[in-house]
Amino acid sequence: MDDFYRDYILDHYKRPRNFGTLEPHDLEAHDHNPLCGDELGVHIRVEDGKVAELRFHGQGCAISQASASMASEELIGMPIEDIGKLDADWVVDLLGIAISPTRRKCALLSLKVTRGAATGDASWPA
Amino acid sequence: MAPLATSLDVRADFPVFDRGFAYLDSAATSQKPRQVIEAIDSYYRSSNANVHRGVYKLAQEATDLFEGARERVARFAGSETATTIFTRNATEAINLVAYAWGREHIHEGDEVLITHMEHHSNIVPWQILCSERGAKLRYLHVSGEGLLSLDELDQVLAEGRVKLVSVTHVSNVLGTINPVAEIAARARAAGAVSVIDGSQAVPQMAVDVSEIGADFYAWTGHKALGPTGIGVLHGTRELLESMRPFLGGGDMIASVGFDSSTYNELPWKFEAGTSAIAEGVGLGAAIDYLDAIGMDAVRAHERDLTGYTLERLGDIDGLRTFGPRDLDLRGGVVSFEVEGIHPHDLAELCDREGVCVRAGHHCAQPLMREMGVPATARASFHVYNNREDVDRLVAALNEARNVFGLTP
Repeated sequence: MDDFYRDYILDHYKRPRNFGTLEPHDLEAHDHNPLCGDELGVHIRVEDGKVAELRFHGQGCAISQASASMASEELIGMPIEDIGKLDADWVVDLLGIAISPTRRKCALLSLKVTRGAATGDASWPA
Repeated sequence: MAPLATSLDVRADFPVFDRGFAYLDSAATSQKPRQVIEAIDSYYRSSNANVHRGVYKLAQEATDLFEGARERVARFAGSETATTIFTRNATEAINLVAYAWGREHIHEGDEVLITHMEHHSNIVPWQILCSERGAKLRYLHVSGEGLLSLDELDQVLAEGRVKLVSVTHVSNVLGTINPVAEIAARARAAGAVSVIDGSQAVPQMAVDVSEIGADFYAWTGHKALGPTGIGVLHGTRELLESMRPFLGGGDMIASVGFDSSTYNELPWKFEAGTSAIAEGVGLGAAIDYLDAIGMDAVRAHERDLTGYTLERLGDIDGLRTFGPRDLDLRGGVVSFEVEGIHPHDLAELCDREGVCVRAGHHCAQPLMREMGVPATARASFHVYNNREDVDRLVAALNEARNVFGLTP
């Protein structure tokens, strides 16, 4: 098995979970990776202060898509106020692979848009 | 396998290849031959001084090296020395025209015409100019095969509002070689000024700017085996003389009073501040190197590699290439996509095999939108590449399909 393009990464890339749009939704954000043009948006429906439903949409490389898909599974059920506390390590650990500096933004894009939707903070996660 | 159409074998001149890469990203920047590296090294070791002022021997020597390079660069491109302006790069050359000519001559209601296949460097300066001046930026379409239509150009020019036409000579994504002499002639007939972005053309084919007949022709040194930080703007003497300076400072003046200054003559009027002297000397060495090979031989080599690449890539399942099929209409660049693998992942997997290809939008986002793809992978060539590099690319792409589980 490939050390980087592991089976589960490729599985999430080819069959991304919680992808599409959500109407109606309470929170949304959309962003892109200026380096490569990858685009990702997120729709979130909130219930009792928590993520009830979440859908990512957009296109990108295996790492950005897998990161969104894997993050979506963790994010559903999470209190909205906790999303702002998630940092870059959270996504990188979730992916479970060594991310080089050139691919870091691919990995972080999903968290960036999710934090943007939840907190309005559109900066890159540190 | 078809025999080699050309026999360029110059890789030993390029020290970087000691590292064993199959470098297929020359459209982004070329590698540098030892002759260029040594010219820069030798300039700093034994001839460094500021140019155009010192009376001492060393300063005269530096001036001679720098101005000698300009003379050879001018001759190489079919221009005059006085109308060959050194800039930082092609981007700065285009900005120079947008600021120094555009601000004076583009007015509200005028139109600037570019194309959908331009690099951002030939889009953004015109966007800025148009928004400042209340002018309209228009685009010529690119056909499915990656070609411009002269009929569409004629139609837009006939409307009578276009004051400037700016077009790339060779597309950095599609490889399309545009009929720039035709475009410049039609622009002139319609009373519009023409600008050609020759960044991808000058490095790989014989370019004679006087034959092309455009008002301005911009290119950059680092894609033509030269160093970074030096670009070139050729212009017609009449326009350059009538234009205001771009940047103010030393070297571009004849004399400075308390309230105003008189400007230096061409080309120095447009070269404020200390120039990139070593880079100019390095570009001169790059031109000498290309001249010794002969630009027709360079073009034949790139044509052969492009043809070979299109043929080999055609054998890969799910792979689609972009741009003209006719090799006479395209330069040494092949953009492609592989179904089921994002270009970034392709580039990453190629890198593991020591194959350097570019992935992304290639600073041509409007074109990507026209092509209906978010990004492509791109292989581009120069004199040091050979068919083995292409074979390594093909092997890496096949391995990428393996990793992604796309092979039966």
